[in-house]
Amino acid sequence: MKALLLAAAALIAAPAFSATTAIVGGTVAIGDGSGPIPNGTVVFTDGRIVAAGARVPVPAGATVIDAHGKWVSAGMVAGLSTLGLADSEGVEESNDVSAGKSPFNAAIDIAPAINPNSIILNNERWGGVTSALVSPATAGSIFAGQGAVITLGVGPDAVLRPRAFQYVEMGEDGAAAAGGSRPAAYVMLHDALAQAQDYRHSPAAFGGREKDSLIKRPDAQALLAVLDGKQPLLVHVERASDIRSVLALKKEYPQLKLVLVGAEEGWLVARDIAAAHVPVIAAALVDLPESFERVAATESNVCRMEQAGVTVALSTVDASAPGSQRNLKQFAGNLVAITKIPGSTGLDWGHAFASITSGPAVVMGMDGEIGSLRPGRRADVVVWDGDPLELASAPVAVFIGGQPQPQSSRQSELRDRYMNPEDGALPKAYQR
Amino acid sequence: MIHTLVRASRAAVTVTTCLALMACTASAPPPATASRAPPPGAGHGYNHDPFPSTYHPYPGVPTLLTNVTVYDGEGGRIDHGAVLFADGKIVQIGQDIAPPAGATVIDGTGKWVTPGVIDIHSHLGDYPSPGVKALSDGNEATAPVTSEVWAEHSVWPQDPGFSRALANGGVTTLEILPGSANLFGGRSVVLKNVYARTVQGMKFPGAPYGLKMACGENPKRVYGSKGREPSTRMGNIAVDRETWAKAAEYKRKWDKYEKDGGDPPTRDLAMDTLAGVLAGEILVQNHCYRSDEMANVIDMSKEFGYHVTAFHHAVEAYKIADLLKANGICAAVWADWYGFKMESYDGIPENLALLQKEGTCAMIHSDDQNGIQRLNQEVAKAQAAGRRAGIDIPDEVAWEWLSINPAKALGIADKTGSLKPGKMADVVLWNGNPLSVYTRPEKVWIDGAMLYDANNPKLRPVSDFELGQPGSGDVK
Repeated sequence: MKALLLAAAALIAAPAFSATTAIVGGTVAIGDGSGPIPNGTVVFTDGRIVAAGARVPVPAGATVIDAHGKWVSAGMVAGLSTLGLADSEGVEESNDVSAGKSPFNAAIDIAPAINPNSIILNNERWGGVTSALVSPATAGSIFAGQGAVITLGVGPDAVLRPRAFQYVEMGEDGAAAAGGSRPAAYVMLHDALAQAQDYRHSPAAFGGREKDSLIKRPDAQALLAVLDGKQPLLVHVERASDIRSVLALKKEYPQLKLVLVGAEEGWLVARDIAAAHVPVIAAALVDLPESFERVAATESNVCRMEQAGVTVALSTVDASAPGSQRNLKQFAGNLVAITKIPGSTGLDWGHAFASITSGPAVVMGMDGEIGSLRPGRRADVVVWDGDPLELASAPVAVFIGGQPQPQSSRQSELRDRYMNPEDGALPKAYQR
Repeated sequence: MIHTLVRASRAAVTVTTCLALMACTASAPPPATASRAPPPGAGHGYNHDPFPSTYHPYPGVPTLLTNVTVYDGEGGRIDHGAVLFADGKIVQIGQDIAPPAGATVIDGTGKWVTPGVIDIHSHLGDYPSPGVKALSDGNEATAPVTSEVWAEHSVWPQDPGFSRALANGGVTTLEILPGSANLFGGRSVVLKNVYARTVQGMKFPGAPYGLKMACGENPKRVYGSKGREPSTRMGNIAVDRETWAKAAEYKRKWDKYEKDGGDPPTRDLAMDTLAGVLAGEILVQNHCYRSDEMANVIDMSKEFGYHVTAFHHAVEAYKIADLLKANGICAAVWADWYGFKMESYDGIPENLALLQKEGTCAMIHSDDQNGIQRLNQEVAKAQAAGRRAGIDIPDEVAWEWLSINPAKALGIADKTGSLKPGKMADVVLWNGNPLSVYTRPEKVWIDGAMLYDANNPKLRPVSDFELGQPGSGDVK
């Protein structure tokens, strides 16, 4: 461990090392659904994975990091988050997640608001999260706006894909946003898409700037990418019947690239979801009827949907705890745990790990870029002190785009300052 | 028991109350002389226990768990151990225990046995599932001082959350608190995690009441937004102190009446609760995030002569671990919640470990219908964070955060919270190491009755609400 830590520290101190890095001897978790590979090697160069697995040769001249006794894995990809949009969600002034007083909705593009210096990103990165889907939330419309896929690597260029998806609420939250009922939400959706068509056919004649316009001009413009299937439409629904209604939209709008979000009752309609080839960003570990649209919630949901052939990514959607993305690994581990409970349906380790790595990447059509250690992907690599799904395990080194990431955070500095709570020769404010 | 003061005024309570109060019999002074007359007002006070527990243990069989790893809940560990319980009580723990005649013997090779998990901070029942407005009964957010309300009168015994806490979390005892909108939120109630038709049927026999108080952002936000006091932290403390001053006066009147007789003072239900705190009958459970605010509350408690049993959500407890320890106050915390509001901004995952290092009473809590299902996992994360910071806390010691420490802070450590002979047989058999993510409860006993068995669908409780719904009876 010491050798590895020294190596990682050395990498940070002296970036001018060999362009190729080989991490050897660790248990390798590729993130593509395959199981862990003992004594494997991960090689990356110029920020990209060259190879990962057993019997991978170490290229001549590579910087070698010894990871015996460690695990080496793809970094986690947060399935749906607000990372970079708030310094503290409860502090309104710092929070860009929603805009209740804005006249706009679908046009909202969160990319320019992402703050890569947020201390939360720092903590999540040091927890093994290397990229994330970031979404706005709704306020006053069923449309939240356009989310992005970001990298958590230190540096100014956080946004990997801006305007990566549009987010819409169609369940109880959608009903509330549309004025009080699900049918009203559907009218709002259909009308918005119809107006987008109007805008396309005649932008000059399209108003959308009047105070009472139901759809503003930029919103109509933004929805064209959804209509054309160029931008996935993430639809948050939970109830089985709501899922069916959303899947039926494809009949009217065949180009729609649907993604279900939440889908706690997905297991009841798993075959329909699979047949429609619609992936799911699932609420990971919810098992309570916290609302009437979630009465059939069970921890087996994710696994039952996967068994039916649905592509599933885990997320902190519907999690009642503050959405720390670094705990996704705990969720995935629990989905393995339930394989031992009679009547439950759980995931094997490889698929559980994939649900927090390649799963979200596949949903976004970005699995050629992020989410696994397969050749050509961004070298987002985490070295762990044990099985990454275990509660006690934590990263000992994190590489994002091949770059070693800092190993301290505001949290670790607070910890060190208060390791002994008593004041010293000077107040705590002088201790750093 | 962290702080049960039993004062002379306690003699005023009725006989039924006495049974329901912690350590009553043990602490009541013997009469000085047989002929001494009781004070004129004694026995003419009010009933301190008008909603008595009707909980009764369900039948069990003498059970011996063998070949298990035992965490006894008080820091002890037995490898290749055995646990015997009968008649609802722990009989013996050790390595070689001969099964009594007729006992059920369960070979637990590869499994762990612990006392049932205790959650000191839950809103199950008062914020139940489904979380609809009609069932939202946790905050009487109409005035900042509502110490007259009792959480038990909001608890919906059909909350499906109780079953999940049992089956997935091994939770056998929990405290239900009012919310934190108010400075004085009301009384809490301690429950056995056993479904009943009434809340009285769940009430933990003999557990003292708690008073929920709250510092910080919530009260000042809720009332500030209504244009009334408190709208600031200084307003919080001012209203707190005015209220305690009234409570002290109220208590003086009742004490005088109980001593001298005469006209009984006018009842005030809010003041009843606070007088109970000042008398040491009711334990203060204080929502407070920031270290500087906890220090203010500690001074306030000294000013008025009460004791804070535990600060809940104390994300900054690590900054004043020494102060908490010196004042005999526990910290009930999450493993890693932080940053979701300004007063939680300085939360760190090493909080529990730093408290343990200082020797401060500390424990995990959930405040959450999902978190309560995984408190063992939260402890594992907190323990691991400590280990990485060089604070090595053995598994069996970390388990105190789930068992004896919350039992102490609830005033029930003489009854549950560890596997000591004579205590309630609140026992979990885990299907592996309970500090591993891959482990779940296999069987749970409460007062010796098996109330959950992963291998027996008939021992999986289904609340009235879930009956006949899609997925009813499913493994959740």
